[in-house]
Amino acid sequence: MKLIIAYIQPARLNAVKQALYDREVFKISVTNALGCGQQKGYHESYRGVDIEVNLLKKIRVEIAVNKDFVKPTIDAIIEGARTGNIGDGKIFVVDLVECVRIRTGETGHDAIG
Amino acid sequence: MRSWKKLVVAIAGVMLAGAAAWAQEDSGVSDEMFAVNNVWMMVSTFLVFVMHLGFATVETGLTRAKNTVNILFKNTAIVAIGLLTYTLVGFNLMYPGDGGWFLGKVFGFAGFGVSTDAAGLTSAYNPGYTYWTDFLFQGMFAATAATIVSGAVAERVKLSSFLIFSTIYVALVYPAVGSWKWGGGWLAERGFHDFAGSTLVHSVGGWAALAGVMLLGPRAGKYFNGGGVKPIMGHNMPLLTIGVFLLWLGWFGFNGGSVLSADPGAVSYVLTTTSLAAAAGIIGSMIASWTIQKKPDLSMVLNGCLAGLVGITAGADVVNIRAAVLIGLICGAVAVLSVIAFDKIKIDDPVGATTVHLVCGVLGTLFVGVFANGATVGSGADAYTISLGTQFLGVISYAAICFPAAFLIFGVLKKTIGIRVSEEEEVKGLDIGEHGMEAYSGFQIFISQ
Repeated sequence: MKLIIAYIQPARLNAVKQALYDREVFKISVTNALGCGQQKGYHESYRGVDIEVNLLKKIRVEIAVNKDFVKPTIDAIIEGARTGNIGDGKIFVVDLVECVRIRTGETGHDAIG
Repeated sequence: MRSWKKLVVAIAGVMLAGAAAWAQEDSGVSDEMFAVNNVWMMVSTFLVFVMHLGFATVETGLTRAKNTVNILFKNTAIVAIGLLTYTLVGFNLMYPGDGGWFLGKVFGFAGFGVSTDAAGLTSAYNPGYTYWTDFLFQGMFAATAATIVSGAVAERVKLSSFLIFSTIYVALVYPAVGSWKWGGGWLAERGFHDFAGSTLVHSVGGWAALAGVMLLGPRAGKYFNGGGVKPIMGHNMPLLTIGVFLLWLGWFGFNGGSVLSADPGAVSYVLTTTSLAAAAGIIGSMIASWTIQKKPDLSMVLNGCLAGLVGITAGADVVNIRAAVLIGLICGAVAVLSVIAFDKIKIDDPVGATTVHLVCGVLGTLFVGVFANGATVGSGADAYTISLGTQFLGVISYAAICFPAAFLIFGVLKKTIGIRVSEEEEVKGLDIGEHGMEAYSGFQIFISQ
C-alpha cells in the first residue's frame, strides 16, 4: 500500500480528476495548500505598497492505493497536471503501514478497495 | 409654560400662513407644497443611490470569492462614470427640451454640461422639483443601466474594456433612447407607457448584458461538451440577500420618485403596487423553484423578488392591485424558467441579469398593455391611451437600437483590445489578475474551479 501525495496547480485539479477517473482511481482527498518551490511568486499590492507573495496557492491531493494502482495513479496525475511550466508541482509516494475502513473494520488491501 | 405657549402660537402662525399661501395659489403649487415635493424627490434620489450598493452586494454574493474585488471595483467605477457622463452630455441628451430636437423626435441634444437660472430653483421649473433635483434623480438612474451589464459579464470580462463600454453606453445610448419617452420624444407622443423604466432602464441594461455575454462566451468550465451545465456557485448568500432587500428599499425611490412629486395618493399607491409585486415575485419564484428544482433555491427566489420589481416598474401607477400581484407572480415564476432556459442555450449570466432586467423588463412593459389596456394617462394635451400595440412598439424599438449598439461597442473592443481576460487569469481570479489584491485576505479560498 502506498500513499500518493501530490501538490498541483489549482487550475489543473479538474484535469487530474478526469485522468484519475479514466484509470478507475475514484477515491481522492483534496485540500488547499500554500507552498513555494522553484516557481517565483507574484506581486500583490495593497494601498500603494507592493507585497511579494511567495507562498503560492496549491492543491494537495492525497490518494491511498494498492500496489497495482501506484503507476496508473502517478501517470494520471502527471497527465492532468503537466503544462511544462515551472510550478506544475511534485508527487510524493510514501509507504502506507495500515489502512482501516471505519464502517466495517476491514484492514489493508480490502480497506483501500 | 410661557415658552410652550409661544411655541404653540408660533406653530399655529406658520400653519395659518401656509394655509393662506395654499389658498392664494390659483395655478401651480404653493411654496410649501413645492418644498415638500422637492424633499420627497431628494429622498427618492437617495434611495436610487442606495440601489448601487444593492447591485454591488448582489453581484458579489452571486459570484466567486476570487472575483470580489473586481465586482466591487466595477460597481464603484460605474456610479462615478454614470453621474459624470450624465453631467457632461447625458441629461441634455435625455431631456433636449422643446428646442433641442435635431432629428424628428428621435434624437435631440441641448448642449454640454448642466446649469440653470434662478427660475430653475423654483416651482416655475416644475411643480415637483428644482432643476438640480431633477438632474441628480435622473443621474442616479443612468448608472443603473451599466450596473446591470456588470453582473452578467462578471468573472471574465476585462476591466478596462468593460469601463470603456460602460462609459460609451451610459453617456450616449442610454440617454439618447431614454429621450424617446421621458424626454417627450416620438414614443411619448404615441402613448407608450413606461412609468419608471422597465424598458427605458432595465431592458436597456438587459439588452447590453445579453450582447456582452454573447460576445464574451461562458465562464471557463461552465458548460461541458455533452451539453451539461456545471453550476458555479456564488460565494455569499447573506450578501445577496442584503443586496436584494437594499434594492427593494431603493425601488421605493425608483418608482415612488417617478411620480415626480409628493402627491400623497399617487406616491402611496405606487409604493403599494411596487411592494406587492416584489412580494408576489418571491412567492411566484418560490412555487416555480420548488416545483422544478425539487428544493427551493434562495438565489432563485431573490432573483424572483427583483423580477417582480422590474415587472411592476412600467405600470406601477396604472395597474390595479390584483394586476400588481399577478405581474409579480408571473415575473417571479418566469425568472426561474428563464434562468434555466438561458443556461440551456449556453448564455452564461452569473447573476441572472438578462432574466431579471431584460426578460422581466420586456414582460412588465407588455403587461401594462394587458392589465391597463385602454386606460387614459395624464390630462389635457398630454393625455394618452395605453394600448398593447404601442407597448409592443416600444419594446421592439428599444431592442432595435440597444442590442445592436451594445453588440457593436463590445464587438469593436473585442477586435481591438480584447474583452476577456486570459484563461490563466480567469482561473486565478480577476482580483489578483486585474487588481493585484484579494477581497478576503487571510482566508483560504478554493481557486481550483
